[in-house]
Amino acid sequence: MKKVFRLKDLDCANCAAKMERSINKIDGVESASVSFMSQKLTIEADESRFDSIMDEVVKVCRRVEPDCEILR
Amino acid sequence: MLIRICVSLGAFIVLLAVDKSIDLASRAGGRLGFLLPLFLYLAVYLTIGCDVLLRAARNICRGQVLDENFLMAIATLGAFALGITRGVLGQSTEGFDEACAVLLFYQAGEFFQRYATDKSRKSISSLMDIRPDVANVLRDGAAVSVEPSEVKIGETIIINPGEKTPLDGVCIKGATALDTKALTGEALPREIVEGDAVLSGTVNLTSQIEVRVEKEFYDSTASKILELVENAADKKSKTENFITKFARYYTPAVVLSAILLLVIPGAVTGDWLTWTYRALSFLVVSCPCALVISIPLSFFAGIGASSRHHILIKGSNYLERLAKANVFVFDKTGTLTKGNFAVTSIYPEERREEILRLAATAEQGSSHPIAKSIIAAYGGQTDGGYTLTDISGKGILATDGQTEVLCGNEKLMQEYGIEYAAVAAAGTAVYVARNGEYIGSILITDELKDETAEVIAELNGMGARTVMLTGDNEAAAREIAEASGVSRYKSSLLPADKVTEVERIISQKGKRDVVCFTGDGINDAPVLMRSDIGIAMGGVGSDAAIEASDVVLMKDDLKGLPLAKRIAKKTMGIVFQNIVFSLAVKLTILILSAVGLTNMWIAVIGDVGVSVIAILNSMRNLSIKPNKN
Repeated sequence: MKKVFRLKDLDCANCAAKMERSINKIDGVESASVSFMSQKLTIEADESRFDSIMDEVVKVCRRVEPDCEILR
Repeated sequence: MLIRICVSLGAFIVLLAVDKSIDLASRAGGRLGFLLPLFLYLAVYLTIGCDVLLRAARNICRGQVLDENFLMAIATLGAFALGITRGVLGQSTEGFDEACAVLLFYQAGEFFQRYATDKSRKSISSLMDIRPDVANVLRDGAAVSVEPSEVKIGETIIINPGEKTPLDGVCIKGATALDTKALTGEALPREIVEGDAVLSGTVNLTSQIEVRVEKEFYDSTASKILELVENAADKKSKTENFITKFARYYTPAVVLSAILLLVIPGAVTGDWLTWTYRALSFLVVSCPCALVISIPLSFFAGIGASSRHHILIKGSNYLERLAKANVFVFDKTGTLTKGNFAVTSIYPEERREEILRLAATAEQGSSHPIAKSIIAAYGGQTDGGYTLTDISGKGILATDGQTEVLCGNEKLMQEYGIEYAAVAAAGTAVYVARNGEYIGSILITDELKDETAEVIAELNGMGARTVMLTGDNEAAAREIAEASGVSRYKSSLLPADKVTEVERIISQKGKRDVVCFTGDGINDAPVLMRSDIGIAMGGVGSDAAIEASDVVLMKDDLKGLPLAKRIAKKTMGIVFQNIVFSLAVKLTILILSAVGLTNMWIAVIGDVGVSVIAILNSMRNLSIKPNKN
């Protein structure tokens, strides 16, 4: 399943790149793209586990860039 | 933040001026005299940098060692430590001012980057000002203002003059003119009467209409287009991916070389202070920010600039490919030609009026494009009182009891045994006979669009190959090909053959060639998808065309094609400049710091400066003009 989330307070482009890298490493994520320009996270992940994957994504983001919030 | 930067900058300048003119350390006197400037500088430092330090501490707790905040903190705190050590050793205590300056410039640079990206994001979204705000929906006989997303299919909405159409639908009451400029770039208003389709994103100009909603908000044209532009940045180009990859190794590499620079020469020479200072200077340029921000921004600006000219590019990757596109394949009808038929010549010309009048009379009941073109060419009143009989696939027999008019193709003439003068020119010939006697013929051809020849010439001039695909016969195809100037053409193709033909072109292309297909998107969706870049023209309102294509020319104007190519080329040029420039500056700083020819001041100014210049360079892309250069 593919979903798009808005990102709040994503202030640094390098962090966006780091987030993208970390999210792509999460088990169950097929592809993830963090766009600094459009302040969006596009994620394609296993549908049956989507919510738990998203919890993991939020956790990863908080570690990489604590200021940035994923609007779910 | 801006206030903090200004206050700190002011305090810093005053402090620096005072320190340089009267030398605070020696004035305070004594062995611990350096403490006075230390505290003053530290105060400024904390004012400007407390959040950097906080973030550094927080991120280090989370195991993010190579975080830019952390590296900045190390570099500046290290500079302070160096100053203190020198002070304790009784040497001159320079270094405090540098530490402050580094953080000050760093923060100012960050602020500017945020401001610039925010600004460009806004200016790009405002280019696409088609987002509807409210829908006036008729419920229980009264109009209620609701969010467009709350309206359901089948409901009736009212659109007042001056309002934006919120949802796609069909006009069921009233007549008006709609401004479709935002969608199609068409300057002339479109006249709408009952039964006509109304697209969201258009603006009602003259009078109130009622529209039955046919599509939900998220499926409506305006939403689709906005979504497309907004998501375009998600499809990353190869260059962007390269930069991301590069950024990943850049920081660790710089940090590692800083450590090596500290340890090896330090151990050899024993001059730890000098080498620590040089290593700290390295950390100042350890953030790949200039590249990481300016490259996506350049692409984003390119996509924004295109959408301003009603060219939707669905991703940075397509922009990148478009810059390299050198084989342009075109569908003929509706793309190179107007797709409407027009009378071009009449044989014999002296009997023009008579021939047209007879043909128009016979064709008056038909809605076929050819019939319409004859009636349009005649323009006058057709004779009434005729019985019209359609002879399928051949033409029309019209009779009023005395006169019998035959109007149709060669087969019709042959069937009625009429001797006719066959037309050899390319196009569709319509023969006219009256009471068994041949009168003359009308030649109808599809007209070339006004801009076609110019556009093809421009593309050929760029060194591109241009190919036309058509279902027309050889003669008609050759004539259009010659008039338009395409370098090659392929005639008598069935729709399915076009896919095969494009596949053949793709399979034969060189490694660096990029095949770009342009069509009207109505029945060439498979070809659009198959080609490297599929461009749909005038595809607004046709979902299939928008889905299948990579680039949509919303305005039904071929000139968008070379324009898109120019924007793409300019974008890639800017991207290249930014990469080379940023890397060159950073590398120079690194080398100069390593040999001690520069100080932290230069390092931070260079690093922040290069980001700012790269960002400004990216924004240059927004200002491309539609006319040539």
